[in-house]
Amino acid sequence: MSGRATVQFTVNGKHYAADVEPRTTLVDCLRHDLKLTGTHVGCEHGVCGACTVILDGAAVRACLMFAVQAEGADIVTVEGLADGDRLSPLQASFRKHHALQCGFCTPGILTTAHTLLSEEPDADADRIREVLSGNICRCTGYVQIVEAVLDARAAYKQKWAAAL
Amino acid sequence: MTAVRNVYIGQEIERTEDFRFLTGRGTFVDDYEPTGLLHAAILRSSVAHGRIRKIDASAAIKMAGVHAVITAADIGEKIPTIPIRLAPIKGLERYLQPVIATEKVRYVGEPIAVVLAETRAIAEDATAEIELEIETLAPVPDWRVAETDSTLLVEQNGTNVATRYAVGSGDADAAFAIADYTRREFFHAHRHTAVPMETRGLVAEWDAANERLVVTGATKVTFFNRRALAAMMQMPESAIDFIEIDVGGGFGVRGEFYPEDFLIPFAARMTRRPVKWIEDRTEHLQAANHSREIDCELEIACRHDGTILALRGRIHGDMGAYTRTNSGVVPAKAAQFLHGPYRIPAVKFDVAAYMTSKTPIGTYRAPGRFEANFFRERLIDMAARDLNIDPVEFRRKNLIATNEMPYSIGKLVPYENESAYDSGDYHVALEKCLAAFGWQEKKNLQGRNIDGRYHGLAVTCFVESGGAGPRENVRMLLERDGRVTVAIGSSVLGQGLETVFAQIAADALELPFEAFRVLHGSTTLLDEGFGTYHSRAVVMGGSAILDGAKNLLSAIRAAASLQFNCRADEVSIDGGKAKGPDGRTLTFAALAAAAGPISANGTFANAQRTFSYGAHAAHVAVDARTGHVAVLDYVAVEDVGRAINPALVHGQTLGAVVQGLGGVFLDHLIYDANAQLLNASLADYLLPTATDFPHIRGVTLELHRSPSNPLGAKGAGEGGMVAVAATAANAVAAALSSFGVQPNDLPLSPPRIWQLLRDAASGRQRAP
Repeated sequence: MSGRATVQFTVNGKHYAADVEPRTTLVDCLRHDLKLTGTHVGCEHGVCGACTVILDGAAVRACLMFAVQAEGADIVTVEGLADGDRLSPLQASFRKHHALQCGFCTPGILTTAHTLLSEEPDADADRIREVLSGNICRCTGYVQIVEAVLDARAAYKQKWAAAL
Repeated sequence: MTAVRNVYIGQEIERTEDFRFLTGRGTFVDDYEPTGLLHAAILRSSVAHGRIRKIDASAAIKMAGVHAVITAADIGEKIPTIPIRLAPIKGLERYLQPVIATEKVRYVGEPIAVVLAETRAIAEDATAEIELEIETLAPVPDWRVAETDSTLLVEQNGTNVATRYAVGSGDADAAFAIADYTRREFFHAHRHTAVPMETRGLVAEWDAANERLVVTGATKVTFFNRRALAAMMQMPESAIDFIEIDVGGGFGVRGEFYPEDFLIPFAARMTRRPVKWIEDRTEHLQAANHSREIDCELEIACRHDGTILALRGRIHGDMGAYTRTNSGVVPAKAAQFLHGPYRIPAVKFDVAAYMTSKTPIGTYRAPGRFEANFFRERLIDMAARDLNIDPVEFRRKNLIATNEMPYSIGKLVPYENESAYDSGDYHVALEKCLAAFGWQEKKNLQGRNIDGRYHGLAVTCFVESGGAGPRENVRMLLERDGRVTVAIGSSVLGQGLETVFAQIAADALELPFEAFRVLHGSTTLLDEGFGTYHSRAVVMGGSAILDGAKNLLSAIRAAASLQFNCRADEVSIDGGKAKGPDGRTLTFAALAAAAGPISANGTFANAQRTFSYGAHAAHVAVDARTGHVAVLDYVAVEDVGRAINPALVHGQTLGAVVQGLGGVFLDHLIYDANAQLLNASLADYLLPTATDFPHIRGVTLELHRSPSNPLGAKGAGEGGMVAVAATAANAVAAALSSFGVQPNDLPLSPPRIWQLLRDAASGRQRAP
């Protein structure tokens, strides 16, 4: 409990240094030390997925990591998905398909789906459901979320094609 | 040129809310962090029933960073109790909850002390340092124990039976005496709850110089809650502002007045510092309202041909330890909605509510309805089978016909007047459901065993009420830039109402959708508001907007008449412009720039409920080896009267069905014999995930508008939920008909189904 630690990492392309208690979770550090409140906390025990961020390319639960474990990491949160005020194709697809209601779980669902499609732009509905089964949404029943992710695949395929 | 009228209502417009939610720019309560904040953590009872012998916070107070510890002793001579908001049934008022435990604790999770510290972590650490001695008393784990009065939760009341009453219409006993056929069954709807993704939370700020209080994070019924808090804190209402910001789901549970809604503002006044409390998930599962837990004994009387003659039943409601704001809504509505969408000449229901040493009961989406439909529709399928009548035909025979509307069901709720279903074609809704589901095509699967999985189909019918009164209010303001601000008393808990209200207002004022800004919920906006519950926001709030728009147009005419030097009735309005008799025109923006902002109030009052209705159908496959039920297809059909934004109505339906299926197969608050809650984490309390119920379909109908409001809306939040237990359980029963098992106890979890099959194989009967 005692003592402080300094941790440095990159969030959404910006370098941050934070002075935290060693027991501070990554999500609390992001939200309360860095004031990046887009990432949400739903259960604090790794079940609901609301706190999911992209850490060195992997979707991870920021409530299950200590901030100090993220030393040197490259982190992307929901705030880093849009290009300024222009929604990413995935975000725009969520709006088009009404894939959110209260919006509380949405940051974790977007980061999870973005990670999935970045790796598997051909993911089918079953695969999308499998990967999103670690994110709880209480509003939508998931149907429109899956439709939105399916519809966003084209943009990720283009990105892949361009990278080849 | 005439403006195109009514262009936004009925369109699947993208939501105005979504940009901020998708980019992480929403503001939920834990995102709000005023400077100088103290963080609260609450010490809660770990004992279900006990007498507090000692609370010693001296060690906690000495901890670095701890500012104060509040217990009952700090609050004053008289500990305030939480008032009843709805359903004042005589007897329940004797069990109101004190805002903090005094001599006794009566459920696991009851607040005992509040720690205020510089960080949340320190506050939580300090709760562990409070020395607490509780003498354990015998628990009251369920209504059967409660009824014996062997252990009393509130000694001075002399009983744990909070209320008993009887309601009915016609002569049910006489009908039963002469009926060709009767059947009686026992059913159980289990305790579970809404679990919104955002836990509860509040930030209270005390302005000592002006003796004002601002509470941020309020929702649902902010004006009622402010009134309650003002009385408890002995402050004028106008000295308290309740501010509604983004809310991560409610589903009935969030936004009622809870003990914390007093404790956190009280702490802010006491410490003269802003105080934040954010509930953790375990607290949420222990302390926020639970719901459902109803036992029902139900009897049906029919003719040989399946004509229903009467229903008779007993409802036993386990209310938990205290009466909260919703009082007896759950058992009362569980009784009322037993009548359902059928022509039933006589009904008689006995209702009893019991206090037990568990978390208090409140409303969760479709309160009482989810349970009542399950009880009645299960019994109807059993009766149809006994009488050798196709269950669809049985329903067709008994559904109320259009020409019987409005159809009175009599006075089935002690605190309400006689109710009458307002409008609808219940038969068409059933046929549309059967068609959408493909009943004919799937029928031959009924009861078949395909590779060890037994297939079952079911269809059920429901009626659902919405649009609770008494009023809703709105204030509409034409700003200098020509945009219109709509300030409404309805609350928003994630449904997309900012969009829906703008659609209604845009049509009414014939302005572009983008011209509107919707403010909602906060007590700073209006003198009086009634909030969002009972599928009332569009019915009441939307209708108030129509009135507000009409009044705003009058005010615009009046303002324009001064500019045009004419009479107000000589001003015509067309597409955002006022036009004088001499042909001069002024845009609304130019008018407001010249005349100043123009405002008008609107209100809509209504004592009549709306009644949406519809049918659900399900196709399940039950694995007899594991008891697992796969939902292969599910169709929910509901006539909502008027769908303002069909995409949002569709989302409500799909979300409600999946929540409902969770309530059938997964969600379950499990208590042991000591009334200890065993699964207060999301690792143990199961909620539907994306892989559980992928095959969900919804069909929104707009067949019959409600005659009771100018929009014709019937409300749309709960119809996807009401018949889910009924439909899913009937499908499971149909699948397992060859075993003769009756799934009458929720939840239908794999071990339960497996046990039913095992009992059937060994010839054992289920005890009631």
